[in-house]
Amino acid sequence: MDRDLFEFALRMGDNALILGQQVSAWCGHAPALEEDIALANTALDLIGQAKLWLDLAGEIEGAGRDADALAFLRDARAFRNALLVEQSNGDYGQTLMRQFLFDAWHFPTLKSLAASGEPRIAAIAVKAAKEAEYHFERSRDLVIGLGDGSEESHVRMQRALDLLYPFQGELTAPDSVDEALRARDVAPDLAAVKLETDRLTLETLAEATLRPPPAPVRKGGKTGLHSEGLGRILSDMQFLQRAYPGASW
Amino acid sequence: MSNEWPLWEVFIRGQHGLSHRHVGSLHAPDAQLAIKNARDVYTRRNEGVSIWVVKASDIAASSPGHKGPLFEPSNSKVYRHPTFFDIPDEAGRM
Repeated sequence: MDRDLFEFALRMGDNALILGQQVSAWCGHAPALEEDIALANTALDLIGQAKLWLDLAGEIEGAGRDADALAFLRDARAFRNALLVEQSNGDYGQTLMRQFLFDAWHFPTLKSLAASGEPRIAAIAVKAAKEAEYHFERSRDLVIGLGDGSEESHVRMQRALDLLYPFQGELTAPDSVDEALRARDVAPDLAAVKLETDRLTLETLAEATLRPPPAPVRKGGKTGLHSEGLGRILSDMQFLQRAYPGASW
Repeated sequence: MSNEWPLWEVFIRGQHGLSHRHVGSLHAPDAQLAIKNARDVYTRRNEGVSIWVVKASDIAASSPGHKGPLFEPSNSKVYRHPTFFDIPDEAGRM
C-alpha cells in the first residue's frame, strides 16, 4: 500500500468530514434563516468532499473499506483531521471564525492540488476548489462584518480568534508525509500554501480590526493525537452504525 | 435604528436565456451578502446563472387600494387586444 498517499487522503477527507459534521449541527439553529441554509450548504459540500477523499483512501488502502467504513467505523486515534476542525462550535462567531481559518487554508490547498501529478487527487480538487472558494468568500465577509461590526460582535470575534488562531498553523506545518508527496509532485509545497494562507488570513483580520494572538501553534491531529472533543463528535456521528451495524435507509 | 437586517428582493436569471425573474426575498446586512444569501437560498438546485438583488425599500410600488383607477379602465377596452383579425391559415399559430 502507498502509505503516504493513504495518509494524505485521510487527512483531506477527515478535515472535511469532521468540519462538515460540526457545521451540520447548526441546521435549524442558526441565528437567521439565510445563515441556516448557507451553513447547511457548506456542511453538505464538505461531507460530499469527505466522501470523495475517503473513497479514494479506501481504494489506495485496498482492504475493502469504503468512505462509510472509514467514517463510521474508525476510532479517534485513526482520524487524521487537524485539531482546528474538532474545536467546538461555540457561539455563532466561533463557528464562523473556525470556518474562516479553515477556508483560508483549504482554498489555496485545493487550488494547488488541482494541478497534482496524481490524477485522482487532481480530479477531486478541481471540484472541491470551487466550493472552497465560495466558502472562503462567505466566511471572510462575515468575519469582516462582525469583527468590524458592533462592540459586542467585535469582542466575540476577537475572543474566537484568540481561541482558534493557534490551531490554524497545524494545517500548514509539513511533516514526512507532506515532504514525501511534495517530492513526488502529488501535493503542493506547504511553505507556499502557508504564504498564501497567511496572506488571506492576515489581510482579512486587518480589515476586520482583529488581532491574531501571539501563541505557539497547537498540533497533533494530523498524526492521530486528538483533543477530547473528537471523541464526543464521533460518539454522536458513529452511534447508529455502532449500535446497528450495517443499518441503511 | 432597527436591529433587523434590511429586506432584499431577489431576481434570478434561469438557464435558458430568459430575463431575470422575481423569486422571493430575504434579509441581509448589505448587498454583497444579499447576493451570497440569494445564492444559498434560491440557487441550491441549479436554478440560476445570474442574481440581482434590490433593497425592497428602493422599489416604488403601486398601491393595492388604487387598483380601481389604475387597472379597471382597461378592462372594458377589448379593442386594444388584437383579437379581431382573421389570421390567414398560412400564418399558422400565433
